[in-house]
Amino acid sequence: MYQYDEYDQRIVDERVAQFRDQTSRYLSGELSEDEFRPLRLQNGLYIQRYAPMLRVAVPYGNLRSDQLRMLGHIARKYDRGYAHVSTRQNIQYNWPKLEDVPEILGLLSSVQMHAIQTSGNCIRNVTADPFAGVAGDEHIDPRPWCEIVRQWSTFHPEFAFLPRKFKIAVNGAEHDRAIIRAHDIGLDLIRDAGGNIGFRVLVGGGLGRTPIIGEEVSSFVPWQQILNYCEAVLRVYNLHGRRDNAYKARIKILVKALGVEEFARQVEAEFVHLKDGPSTLTQAEIERVASRFDDPELPPEPAHSEAHAAHLASNKAFATWVGRNVRAHKTEGYASVVLSLKTHGVAPGDITAEQFDTAADLADRYAFGEARSTHEQNLVLASVRQADLYEVWQQARAAGLASPNIGLLTDIIACPGGDFCALANAKSIPIATAIQARFDDLDYLHDIGEIEVNISGCMNACGHHHVGHIGVLGVDKNGSEWYQVTIGGDQGNQAALGKVIGPSFAAAEMPDVISSLINTYTDNRHPDERFIDTVRRIGIEPFKTRVYAEREQRKEAHV
Amino acid sequence: MSDIIKRGKLHTDDWTIVRQAEGEDIASLELPAGRVIVPLPLWLARRDSLLAKAEAGVVGVWLAGDEDPATLADDLLRLQLIAIDFPKFADGRGYSIATLLRTRYGYADELRAIGDVLRDQFFYLSRCGFDALQPKEGKYTRVQLEAALASLNDFSEPYQAAVDRAEPLFRRRPREAA
Ligand code: SF4
Repeated sequence: MYQYDEYDQRIVDERVAQFRDQTSRYLSGELSEDEFRPLRLQNGLYIQRYAPMLRVAVPYGNLRSDQLRMLGHIARKYDRGYAHVSTRQNIQYNWPKLEDVPEILGLLSSVQMHAIQTSGNCIRNVTADPFAGVAGDEHIDPRPWCEIVRQWSTFHPEFAFLPRKFKIAVNGAEHDRAIIRAHDIGLDLIRDAGGNIGFRVLVGGGLGRTPIIGEEVSSFVPWQQILNYCEAVLRVYNLHGRRDNAYKARIKILVKALGVEEFARQVEAEFVHLKDGPSTLTQAEIERVASRFDDPELPPEPAHSEAHAAHLASNKAFATWVGRNVRAHKTEGYASVVLSLKTHGVAPGDITAEQFDTAADLADRYAFGEARSTHEQNLVLASVRQADLYEVWQQARAAGLASPNIGLLTDIIACPGGDFCALANAKSIPIATAIQARFDDLDYLHDIGEIEVNISGCMNACGHHHVGHIGVLGVDKNGSEWYQVTIGGDQGNQAALGKVIGPSFAAAEMPDVISSLINTYTDNRHPDERFIDTVRRIGIEPFKTRVYAEREQRKEAHV
Repeated sequence: MSDIIKRGKLHTDDWTIVRQAEGEDIASLELPAGRVIVPLPLWLARRDSLLAKAEAGVVGVWLAGDEDPATLADDLLRLQLIAIDFPKFADGRGYSIATLLRTRYGYADELRAIGDVLRDQFFYLSRCGFDALQPKEGKYTRVQLEAALASLNDFSEPYQAAVDRAEPLFRRRPREAA
């Protein structure tokens, strides 16, 4: 992964010094609460329900083993022994003390990490496919481009106080695993007819209160111009985005208000002035950044390991795990492994200090010292020899990192919700764990097959509920916690927003509601049809009817 | 007299910022004696009578966040001071307006940040071309403002191009490949 040079290191070191000074001025009363808020937010520091929450940036999900160990150390020393992987590939601590944060940032900078712009109304951490560089369906590796966008957006002086937060994602594969359509700017790496690299630029996607799928504002921006083009988009937004109402301040609202043609025209009018300017990228710069990724040379391996085949044949649990958690790699004899952070009774995405250490050991021993975080809140070992899979599985299993449930019903995506988040309408973690408990039979889980369940504790949609095949949203009804259910959402190339099935439910009803939805699916599915495909084919009506009919029956049974 | 930061140094300043009170008529509003920074609508309404004073360096103009700097395009060679108002420090429109004035319209004289101007934004403000920073009256003591000068140098080698450094880091410095 990307290795800092002296300039990268100096910037994070200077940031630590700056924030240390700001924190001490705040603690001494020189900085007011209102003045300190945006400063700490731009360093990922929220004041939450119980304590500050610190969000550490994991740029486009890339991690090294020394960084994993440091994250574990911080969890142990400054938190309660665990952390949380967020739906934007970042790492969150729920219990650090404000006074300790400068110290924590110092530790992070010692391993080339930071918390810069992980919150606040600025350009946030850029996200990408966790399988970047190793996926078979990738045509262009997005990582060097992500790093270039990261550097450009870090402390960009003109765009530090935007109307609202701003998220950029980059995709370079056939299948979009970065949900670029749900980002303020989605960059799709493509080639034109002449084979030149460039970007299809989507703007105005986003979830939250007003979920919108991003629209194309340019079909091809040559790679040399991409920063100039982004600058034009950001400038139009910074000058004209709404600032009177936080719920109407995202760029998607501006794009809707102007219409995409008019918005694109304004961007173009700005872009003509910036085109070919000093921020124009050079071949030398791209090559320099790419070279600093220092990707491992993968020693040649036989396409099929006999030992691996023997383990598959003799060990059903291993075979099940391989079937679900191991993905094809572009290089013969290698595979990518997903370490599941979705275990029974544990909040989705939570990871203990010991698990950080195990992941680091596994990365060192079997995966060239690297790991990735995913927006589905799991970890990935990108390049593992097929012949090592059995050992990886054994060690991951001992550490509770090998639930064979990737892509299945219990691989739930959930935000921290009411247990931690001050903005929540309702809890999300107990809903996730109740659903996991209901569907704990592995054979049944595999029979149900691929399905994505996403849970958010409020409209802000950190759990991406709109794009879940089943989406659950916490709502407040007269001060008590209720849940609205949508079905038919999807991410990726067929991105779609789910539709609400009807009135909301109490927490205790949720496992039954999910059962009703799943039973409707299993009764109606064609062979090899996934839940989402059945919903698309038969519509939401049959699901809705059954959910509410069975709800009535349960009520009657109780009288 | 107020303490401001000008070209990286502490400076005692005698400009008065004229703000239009609600219901006040800009046509008849009496300007205070001495050097004044007037709001754009006033400038536009009384431009003919103020032009000579602008050229003499006793009248400047300030822009609000929703005002288009292009409006001043014809006056940029005459004006010796343009200010941009930050109603709240977190309202970042002024950064783009300043950038446009400096890069698109080529304005070269004093560009001043006024309003809710705080030391923790000094670095960004100066990068966008502000060479004068005027915090609200009484916001900082002279000693505090002196200490705040350090904020101008929070980061020694920023990545991206802006008004202060016209080239991005990768063009300014040799950066090594791995
Ligand atoms: S969706 Fe709402 S409750 Fe959940 S983390 Fe985001 S803001 Fe908090």
